[in-house]
Amino acid sequence: MSQHTIQVNVNGALQKAEVPARLLLVHFLRENLRLTGTHIGCDTTHCGACTVLLDGVPVKSCTVLAVQADGREVMTVEGLERDGKLDPIQEGFYQEHGLQCGYCTPGMMMTGYALLKANAKPSEEDIRKAISGNLCRCTGYVNIVKSVQHAASAIAAAK
Amino acid sequence: MIPASFDYHSPKTLSEAIDLLSRHGDGAKVLSGGQSLLPLLKLRLGTASHLVDIGKVPGLEYIREEDGFLKIGGRTRESTLEASDLIRKKYPILADTAAVIADPLVRNLATVGGNLAHGDPANDHPATMLALGAVVVATGPKGERTIPIGKFFTDLFTTALSHDEILTEIRIPTPPPGSGGAYVKLERKVGDFATAASAAQLTLKGGVVEKAGIGLTNAGPVPVQAEKAEAFLKGKKLDAATIAEAARLAAESADPSADRRGSVEYKKEMARVLTARALAKAAERAGGA
Amino acid sequence: MATTTPKTSPEVGGMGHSVKRKEDPRLIRGKGNYVDDVQLPGMLHMDIVRSPYAHAKIKKISTEKAMKVPGVLAVITGETLAQFKLHWMPTLMSDTQMVLPTDRVMYQAQEVAAVVATDRYAAADGVDAVEVEYEPLPVVVDPFKALEPGAPVLRTDKPGKTDNRIFHWEVGDRAGTDAALKASDVVVKEQIYIPRIHVASIETCGCVADFNKINGKLTVYMTTQAPHAIRTVFALVAGHVGLSEEKIRIISPDIGGGFGGKVPVYPGYVIAVAASVVIGKPVKWIEDRMENLQADSFARDYHISAELAAKKDGTITALKIKTVADHGYADAAANPSKFPAGLFSICTGSYDLKNAFAEVDGVYTNKPPGGIAYRCSFRVTEAVHAIERMVDVLAQELKMDPAQLRMKNFIPKDKFPYKSALGWEYDSGDYPAALKKAMDIVGYDALRKEQAEKRKKGELMGIGISSFTEIVGAGPSKHFDILGIKMFDSCELRVHPTGKATARFGTKSQGQGHETTYAQIIAEELGIPAAHVEVEEGDTDTAPYGLGTYASRSTPTAGAAGAIAARKVRDKAKKIAAYLLEVGEDDLVWEPGKFSVKGAPQKSKTIQDIAFAAYTNHPQGMEAGLEAVDYYDPPNLTFPFGSYICVVDIDRGTGEVKVRRFVAVDDCGNIINPMIVDGQIHGGLTMGLAPALYEEITYDEQGNVQGGSFIDYLVPTAMETPKWETDKTVTPSPHHPFGAKGVGESATVGAPPAIANAVVDALSHLGVRHIDIPITPEKVWNILKEKDAAL
Repeated sequence: MSQHTIQVNVNGALQKAEVPARLLLVHFLRENLRLTGTHIGCDTTHCGACTVLLDGVPVKSCTVLAVQADGREVMTVEGLERDGKLDPIQEGFYQEHGLQCGYCTPGMMMTGYALLKANAKPSEEDIRKAISGNLCRCTGYVNIVKSVQHAASAIAAAK
Repeated sequence: MIPASFDYHSPKTLSEAIDLLSRHGDGAKVLSGGQSLLPLLKLRLGTASHLVDIGKVPGLEYIREEDGFLKIGGRTRESTLEASDLIRKKYPILADTAAVIADPLVRNLATVGGNLAHGDPANDHPATMLALGAVVVATGPKGERTIPIGKFFTDLFTTALSHDEILTEIRIPTPPPGSGGAYVKLERKVGDFATAASAAQLTLKGGVVEKAGIGLTNAGPVPVQAEKAEAFLKGKKLDAATIAEAARLAAESADPSADRRGSVEYKKEMARVLTARALAKAAERAGGA
Repeated sequence: MATTTPKTSPEVGGMGHSVKRKEDPRLIRGKGNYVDDVQLPGMLHMDIVRSPYAHAKIKKISTEKAMKVPGVLAVITGETLAQFKLHWMPTLMSDTQMVLPTDRVMYQAQEVAAVVATDRYAAADGVDAVEVEYEPLPVVVDPFKALEPGAPVLRTDKPGKTDNRIFHWEVGDRAGTDAALKASDVVVKEQIYIPRIHVASIETCGCVADFNKINGKLTVYMTTQAPHAIRTVFALVAGHVGLSEEKIRIISPDIGGGFGGKVPVYPGYVIAVAASVVIGKPVKWIEDRMENLQADSFARDYHISAELAAKKDGTITALKIKTVADHGYADAAANPSKFPAGLFSICTGSYDLKNAFAEVDGVYTNKPPGGIAYRCSFRVTEAVHAIERMVDVLAQELKMDPAQLRMKNFIPKDKFPYKSALGWEYDSGDYPAALKKAMDIVGYDALRKEQAEKRKKGELMGIGISSFTEIVGAGPSKHFDILGIKMFDSCELRVHPTGKATARFGTKSQGQGHETTYAQIIAEELGIPAAHVEVEEGDTDTAPYGLGTYASRSTPTAGAAGAIAARKVRDKAKKIAAYLLEVGEDDLVWEPGKFSVKGAPQKSKTIQDIAFAAYTNHPQGMEAGLEAVDYYDPPNLTFPFGSYICVVDIDRGTGEVKVRRFVAVDDCGNIINPMIVDGQIHGGLTMGLAPALYEEITYDEQGNVQGGSFIDYLVPTAMETPKWETDKTVTPSPHHPFGAKGVGESATVGAPPAIANAVVDALSHLGVRHIDIPITPEKVWNILKEKDAAL
């Protein structure tokens, strides 16, 4: 089994590591880098709890090898807050009770964050479609939609 | 959820990738989007001793019209297809198809080439490519060759690609004016494979069918081309009765297996219902039902 | 929208305020502390080898190859544990189940051996390398066949056991009910099967077991909803190997959803503890999703035969139910010990009916243990589904509108407290008000008109009602215990000199927001802002003893304890205030946050003044400090209720059911935090939608599980989930300290029958009377085909 030296920009910091070929990106983040905000909820690429941004695009990090992230940028939930200020998506989830147990939340927020970068004024239908790869058992999705809408309004107001 | 060990290669050129496939034989697999391969490896249902990642090979992601064809690079992401204005306006059947593959996150990585090369009759693009009469471009040690889509799927999880060939492009003949297509999928929930799905591509002139392509997803060990239905429609006026008959014939071509998605009877009936809906929508897009 | 009007200011944040959650700041930053986030120095990883067979003798386990895998340190088998007499353990229902087998396996995915390695990748490789030889045995998966004479006896480990019956339980008046059935004008009968389903919280189960060889202390970080019960069970079960209760610490940190699935003691936990005790290092075990979906956290699996009788005018006269309960190979659920069928006897529902009888037979089969109290109190989903379906069947038989039939039979508001025919005293309810509200919101009459018009055109549309009564808050010590431990709960409240407080509870939130709502209870009683009340749960070293959070019991028991403890604190505060203000206690008036002198309101002391004085200037002869403990023994359960109305449209081509609208009117008494209550309802409705239309775990004849991964276990996404419309009525509980009832599970209980009733209603004109859940498109299509109504 091959070992590889990888360099990955994670939340703005360059991380260098030697990893086995089969190491999943989600394990690299959680165990090698101790960024435990990204969670694991399944083994068949369904639940989306592991969602991170890879070069700005939301992907399921359980279905990406760490070696595939070599030379690329990864953003996790830990990268949302900047200079002590919460990102509008985090603020939205807080204001609109978009989380209960919090386990799906990091993945949901990364998907929501990416959606708003691509579509500043998503409809309810757009939001539900965008999060259709992220499962939640606690909230019934109603307040998650409201959280993303809250963030969209806040971003628009700040412009 | 942890794969067995393998060696990983990240070639920088296409020829390097092909060379790796040749050298490592049957134990080598192409890693494109990885959204079919990695789940298999994680469950240890498939094995690979070498993964050849084509992620860093340039020139494999594009969508362009050229020489009477729509040409899509093999590593083009499903999300790119879904968002492409060209696709949505001129080849909406492809936009329909891309939009129902797995879920949006998976589509950000999954590739058209991978969807076809995996040889899974449950994947969505095969039926659509059959309906469109597409041509696969395979690149191997001896260079490029073309494979008509009708000859591409040979058995369950098996295609005409030889072991050291990579699907580098899919070519779709640009349909003439008066054409329209649609892909309609029945799934138990978003993200599932099809319980049944039908791809219909029509060219109409004065309400009469000049050309019809119908493909069925998850309707047998290989993706199904509903040839009897296609032959029936040719030269006929498209109306409710001919649509119903074509749909009935399409269902006869279906040979699905019973599983949790449905009984054989239900799946065949759904092939019929969905083919009728796909034909109606295709006709509407062709500008004359 | 009717809700509790706050008595405190928003700054204090007592009851009725939608205070933003105190648990959120860490969770939205990805700084939660879930069990798999725990990393301890020297920590090892454990993974489990599982049986592919549902019933088989184990001929041989070969571990040589596994031991050669780099990183693998040990392979634990039943033989290993048998040396310590830990290969079997008691269940929460006083049955027994295997930790690891020495003789045979009893269900597919059963734990057979465990591999301990330096990291989780090596452990996975180790599991792959363990070789097990099995000799398959005849499989019993049909509970009816299991009860037939001559069926293979599954629990051969129980001396003298000659059949597969676990228990027979009955309640009510059999003779009187039979007579009433005979004498009634109309009797409807149905077979109702509620399939096995799975909790599927996004976080699976797991633990980090850390045994310190030097001081003999065992610390276990665990996904558990009931940490104290776990601690006591470990002390009782493993006392003989040196574990002693004062040296066991269970830490339930952040939990990614429980829903009842994280109550039982699963073999994985015990094996991890044994591994840590033997090796002397921390051992982490986290099950992956397919293990979770195939081996634990199962619920329901009730085969119900129900009869409902009425007079011609629709007055319901009698209910008779016979149920076969498929428990899998062990009775390992967590029911209160006197209630092997949980609170199924709530099956008389919201209706004033005089004659009822219910009997339940629990059966062993070759399946993993089932019967989790999955967001249902205990078996209340099964009971409510049965009665609400039968009421609709009766309405169809009588050609009466189902809303009208319900209104006619509801227990009237003035009859509460109401003694049901099966022995429950319902505390309070106003069923007609909730149903009327739901009907007004959804526009019931207009929908019936629309349905009539659509039927003429061959379009299929249905309206389904569910008017449920739940029974939650287990429970009074007279009747409720788990393994003998009474089902009280507790609060320990301490107010500090600077007027802030710490409050610890015996329950354990898994997303319900206790860090916020419990603080609000204290804020309500003492006027200390909720922001200044630090709530702690889940660490058995510090929290007072409690039975945990499940069955919607927290607000009714621990919440009550919090209020009582706060009132004890207030009583002492009053004495201190009297002392400080130099008046008698009778001269004092309380408003949230301060005592003032009657007639002289400028003479007052705030709770903060009093707290400071409790440590610096307390009266002579009084103990210093300002704290109280309360162990609350609820006098009764609480009975939240509601009316749900679901509108569906059916695609005649595919059989797909689309939920067009769903209106939920809930009543959980006085509300602590409306925002959190709504969140609970939204989530519960989605967990009711799921089994109604999508989710099901089945087994083939060989006991192979179908639905054992997220490929086939269909958890709804945001696309399948409708926009829930919610509203409230408020009918306080007369016996609860602040009039609240539980609410976390109402929607999971009330939603499935509303949806099922809607689909049957859409097809009733074709002669359809009942469809079992999940109502898949194929099921509907088969019916349409049979009735010549498919397109």
